Amino acid sequence: MNTLSAICAFPLLALLDGLSVGAWIVLTGVATNVACALVGCFLVLRRMSLMGDAISHAVLPGLVVAFLLSGSMGIVPLFVGAAAVGLLTTFLTQTLHQYARVPSDASLGVVFTSLFALGVVLVKKYMAGLHFDVACVYEGALELAPFAQPVAGLPRPLFTTLLVLVVNLVVLVLLWKELKLSAFDASLATTMGFSATAMHYLLMAMVAVTTVASFEAVGSILVVAMLIVPAATAHLLTDRLSVMVVLSAVVGVAAAVVGYEAALFWDTNIAGMMTVAVGAIYGLTVLFSPRYGLISALIHNARMSLRVLREDLLAMLYRVEELGSDKPLTALAARKAVGGGLLARWGLAELVRTRQIVRAGQQLRLTDQGRKAARRLVRSHRLWETYLVEQLGMPLDHVHEPAHRVEHFIDERLRQELEAQIETQGQDPHGREIPE
Amino acid sequence: MTGLTLSDKVMIGTALLGGMSGVVGSFAVLRGRSLVGDMLAHAALPGVCLAFLLMGNRNLLGLSLGALASGLLAIGAVTLVVRWTRTKEDAAIGIVLSTFFGAGVVLLSIIQKPAIGGNKAGLNSYLFGEPGNMLTGDLVLLAVVAVFVLMAVSLLFKEFKLVCFDADFAQSQGWPTLRLDLAMMAFLAVVTIVGLPIVGVILMAAMIILPAATARFWTNRLHVLLLLAGGFGMAAGILGTKLGQGLPAGASIVLTAAAIFTVSLLFAPRRGIVARLLVEFRLRKRVVCEHLLRSLYELSESQLPQLPTLPLPRIREYRYWQPWLLDRLLSQAAAKGLILQVDQTVQLTPLGLHRAAELTKAHRLWEMYLMQCANIAPDHVDRDADDMEHLLPESLLLELEQQLADEGRLPRVQADVPASPHQLGSVGNRQ
Amino acid sequence: MSTVAFEIHDMTVAYHRRPVLWDIDLEVPEGKLVGIVGPNGAGKTTLIKAALGLLPLASGKVEIYGKPYAEQRRLVGYVPQRESVDWDFPVTVRDVVLMGTYGRLGWFRRPGRAEREIADHCLQQVGMASLAKRQIRQLSGGQQQRVFLARALAQDARLYFLDEPFSGVDAATEAAIIELLHTLRTSGKTVLVVHHDIQTVREYFDHVILLNMRLIASGPVETTFTSENLHKTYGGRLTILDEAAEAIRQREPNP
Repeated sequence: MNTLSAICAFPLLALLDGLSVGAWIVLTGVATNVACALVGCFLVLRRMSLMGDAISHAVLPGLVVAFLLSGSMGIVPLFVGAAAVGLLTTFLTQTLHQYARVPSDASLGVVFTSLFALGVVLVKKYMAGLHFDVACVYEGALELAPFAQPVAGLPRPLFTTLLVLVVNLVVLVLLWKELKLSAFDASLATTMGFSATAMHYLLMAMVAVTTVASFEAVGSILVVAMLIVPAATAHLLTDRLSVMVVLSAVVGVAAAVVGYEAALFWDTNIAGMMTVAVGAIYGLTVLFSPRYGLISALIHNARMSLRVLREDLLAMLYRVEELGSDKPLTALAARKAVGGGLLARWGLAELVRTRQIVRAGQQLRLTDQGRKAARRLVRSHRLWETYLVEQLGMPLDHVHEPAHRVEHFIDERLRQELEAQIETQGQDPHGREIPE
Repeated sequence: MTGLTLSDKVMIGTALLGGMSGVVGSFAVLRGRSLVGDMLAHAALPGVCLAFLLMGNRNLLGLSLGALASGLLAIGAVTLVVRWTRTKEDAAIGIVLSTFFGAGVVLLSIIQKPAIGGNKAGLNSYLFGEPGNMLTGDLVLLAVVAVFVLMAVSLLFKEFKLVCFDADFAQSQGWPTLRLDLAMMAFLAVVTIVGLPIVGVILMAAMIILPAATARFWTNRLHVLLLLAGGFGMAAGILGTKLGQGLPAGASIVLTAAAIFTVSLLFAPRRGIVARLLVEFRLRKRVVCEHLLRSLYELSESQLPQLPTLPLPRIREYRYWQPWLLDRLLSQAAAKGLILQVDQTVQLTPLGLHRAAELTKAHRLWEMYLMQCANIAPDHVDRDADDMEHLLPESLLLELEQQLADEGRLPRVQADVPASPHQLGSVGNRQ
Repeated sequence: MSTVAFEIHDMTVAYHRRPVLWDIDLEVPEGKLVGIVGPNGAGKTTLIKAALGLLPLASGKVEIYGKPYAEQRRLVGYVPQRESVDWDFPVTVRDVVLMGTYGRLGWFRRPGRAEREIADHCLQQVGMASLAKRQIRQLSGGQQQRVFLARALAQDARLYFLDEPFSGVDAATEAAIIELLHTLRTSGKTVLVVHHDIQTVREYFDHVILLNMRLIASGPVETTFTSENLHKTYGGRLTILDEAAEAIRQREPNP
């Protein structure tokens, strides 16, 4: 171990010599967040986010026992104790659920709260003299991280989290397809020979070890946040697993940097601020994600409504033309007919701008371009009406409304298919011509 | 009220809290929302801190209102996130839980600045509660909330029962399922918030889940479940406080509740593990006895109505037995008057013949049924062969019997049971 | 001219913005036993749920005895699919049947002796009286179905909707249920049943509704249950409807 750390430390030491306290803190935060994010992606995808919360609480008795057995707070006993408790929690939860028929969320709750209570009692009894404060486990002491005793030239919290980060990364790379498959379809994975149970226990052990490694620095609350939130954020941005893992790591880094700066600015708890930062990033993503965000959906809706409205205007003008009425349509009447208001004005203005309609004083007239577009729409409408009457046997007076709703979504390909399916050509069921 | 010592107050307070949590937690557990209590407990922290910053002192009511507001906001956030995004419910709960709590930690660090005057013990007492500080006013608040919650649950019992069991049916009857659901969550929030200062965060989450999960082992009726859950919660509160002198009170209450849970898990009648193992053991024993009788019948069949004496080696090789098991079974059967065991031979008694004939006939009918009628409804497969007469339509039974008779394999079962030479135990009965 | 118990006007129902039922328009006269038939995914359960107000309508309306469903809840009984419920819930058979009386009781009132007697009577009608105190987890599939049926009987409605009451149920239970439904019909009730077995349609029902994302036909069994209509119903999905549905799902504004 010493030779290894010496080898690793040498180039790093040279690099890190000039780093400020703040940079150490950020580095520690970054290492923690990324380590958690890597594992967290799989937790979130397997709908096991709360296992992260549970394990981060349940490891407490494991820490105490490790301390009692090894007589120190060394890294190795700590990790071993954590992994053991992580596996125990998983095992107890599964057993309660499968054999005692306790619902899965309740069995998780029973196990981790009992273990945590046990841990609290053990801490009080056996570690009262030491400065092991359970509250510190919660909120961490990131501010003190750079001053912790050095291991391999790095402050101990940074060393442990970097170690865990590397381990997580290695496991991810080696077992990528197995993890991916068992996250997506556990039973398929098992039938293919990758025991889903083994993957599950491995994942939980990784969670436990990552959690404990981070306790020293950032406390359990940040860990829980970093296990879940970056992954959930990435989930809103992409549909591909590899991209999701990378994005979640990026979010973790961003949260660490932004959180640190904000904490510095407002002089508050750093780990807490990083949590708030990651929550804010999630919130922003919920709103603005290009594919799944709410604002994007709203914009999309508005665009669609506008499009529907424009097409309705065009179709209405076409029908007026068709009827050969000598009273051309006024702008006011047209707007009213499609529902009035701002949207109608806007739609009309758009049509004029794209030269599909010309305004001659108060009256509206289709241009050639506009007429072509209108014809397409009316064609869709009448084809659909014909289809409804012929193939679906709907009565004549019931087909206009449905066709009016669906016509905007019928594209050229669908029109051709419709044409192929219906028998009467050229005329809709009301006797009107179907435009080409 | 004035005559109560601090420890009396603490005991009453924790008892009230335990009782309330058990009742409200039952609905949460039945709805699959066990961990919402955990979320509420964490998410209340920013509310508590903001209330403190606004009001400047430790006033349980004020802080509780702040916590409640924060908790309800959390519930709202989870509901919205689940409804509007592709984030799933467990992730949403985790996100809200951790980020709200993080915000709370940030606020706490502001409070703990010397200028503001909050003390360092803030987070500790939030995490673990301070039952030792229970004032009379706090007790009154607990009692009021307990009465309110219990009255509400009692009034809305049938509505909650219906919505929990079959929300679609409830909605079709016109019940406002969404609002009833939210009411359930609101009661959960109120109880959680009120309990936080006493037992702290994680431990409040435990009190929501443990008593209800425990009570489930003891009953199949909802109102009994609620009563038991309340009772277990109260017991945990009282015992935990009493037994946990010198230990953090919240933790000892939870450990007491966990102990009650474990005892119930193991020893509850019918649903407990020990009870189920016993039933399985008895079943196996019965099955193995019946195998013996059937083997004896089959060995004797060709010489009926004479009852031949069968040499032991023949029995041993007819079917695989573990030697010690066979000897045990034979002596048990002899004790029940079903066989006569003389030296190394075994002979069925008339009573034994009757029972063995019944068993063999049922078994053969069952075999025949399985072979012929392949598309049985799945619910019939795990029934006892003895039940078959009751399961199958009369016509089918007669048909199968006829087929067996044609093959010469239909055992004759006498109408009158021969007298037993001894007092009989429960031969071949279930339970 | 018999009274119209149930009427649907131009109803379209969408699931996650994708239309699954297109422009359904039908009428069911009072006192008929009606089978709703169609392949998997045809929208049969959707039809019932939309009629009961459990799903929002993208367009159109549903009327029970001439008025909207919300005003006529007392007249409607519902037997949902068995899978929709957690059978591990701590209630007994009688508890479940009593739930049928809750609508009549209104807020806060507990079921009393009168309601318990109704529940016992309904249990008797379905042949489950001896199992009244049993916990529902211990029931077989057929027994579970009967309990749901008894619950609907306790609603004492005029119009009943049953969703796949015969799936996973043994022959004896199926016969018992059909007999019960015939009794209901004789006493003037209207019963609509989502049914999956076309072999028994002629035997069981007077009317039939043939559905496959849209209404193929609806009316008396003799005239409607023809091989031509069956061919249209079961002859595969209309790909055009599927494609249009997909196009709408992708581009329509959110509700």
